[in-house]
Amino acid sequence: MNTRFVPLAGFALVAALLGFGISYMRNNSMNEVPSPLIGKPAPTFDLPRLGDPDSRFGSKDLNGKPYLLNVFASWCFACRDEHPVLMAEREALGIPIIGFNYKDEPDDAKRWLEQFGDPYSVVIADREGRIAIDFGVYGAPESFLVDGKGIIRYKRIGAITPEVIAFELKPRLAAMKGEVQ
Amino acid sequence: MMHGTRSSFLRALLLVLALLTPAIACAIDALPFKDRAEEQRFQNLARQLRCLVCQNESLADSSADLAKDLRQEVFEQMRQGKADAEIKTYLTARYSDFVLYNPPLRGSTFLLWFGPLLILVIGSAVVFRIVRRRAAVPRNPPSAVSSEDDW
Repeated sequence: MNTRFVPLAGFALVAALLGFGISYMRNNSMNEVPSPLIGKPAPTFDLPRLGDPDSRFGSKDLNGKPYLLNVFASWCFACRDEHPVLMAEREALGIPIIGFNYKDEPDDAKRWLEQFGDPYSVVIADREGRIAIDFGVYGAPESFLVDGKGIIRYKRIGAITPEVIAFELKPRLAAMKGEVQ
Repeated sequence: MMHGTRSSFLRALLLVLALLTPAIACAIDALPFKDRAEEQRFQNLARQLRCLVCQNESLADSSADLAKDLRQEVFEQMRQGKADAEIKTYLTARYSDFVLYNPPLRGSTFLLWFGPLLILVIGSAVVFRIVRRRAAVPRNPPSAVSSEDDW
């Protein structure tokens, strides 16, 4: 019996294991917390509008309408990269984008929207971040695609890019349209 | 002489460390605990939960904004009389099993829980086989050590 190649085989095995680990980590970001809410009803919310605390906006105002809930804040750097994409694509998306201003100073948020533009149909403010916990938000930006039945279909953790719109949002929007008719 | 200085240095070091510990323990927001038992229950629970922003810290240790909010939430739910398990269910419903430092036992975590045991069993079997084979080889001829082992 030839035992000469046993160490080599052991080395190859370990190398293959490490290689698998590296490629797995590249393809599956370990920093992304998988949302258990996908396929489940979106949490109900009722929050004051940004800059107009007396007027409220909630899930009941959206009944039967699909929408994209976009968590943003003026303190969030990645939101600045995301913002031009939302500005450019909101028409093409064909569904309202609800701005979810997360743990922000209202004045800062208003100034931010004046400076970079306002792609949102409505902006609601969650200063304490209570509703955000219900949505499982743990940072900004995050986005939730909610269908006409109020079910969360997709969650994006991090900035929405043109690729996310083309390969994640649009196919799902097309599928959702098919279901309604 | 030497011994004396070293021990007094150690004593001073210990004193400094002892003074530092409460400061570290209190780095976390002051929640209005009604007694020591409640605080201990809270700390125990918070240590089992992961901070989602800085994922290598527990909820008890993290100074992230979200961790603070979640500690507040945990505290309030404790006050509402919820059991630890109910609070954990509340959090996993929103943030998945990821918030638990102790992963639950289920199909997808089977390898995680029993993988080490499996490796131990396989390793023991290999060692057992080698030992048995060596025992079967007659001891006296030292020249029988094969040159193949010379790498």
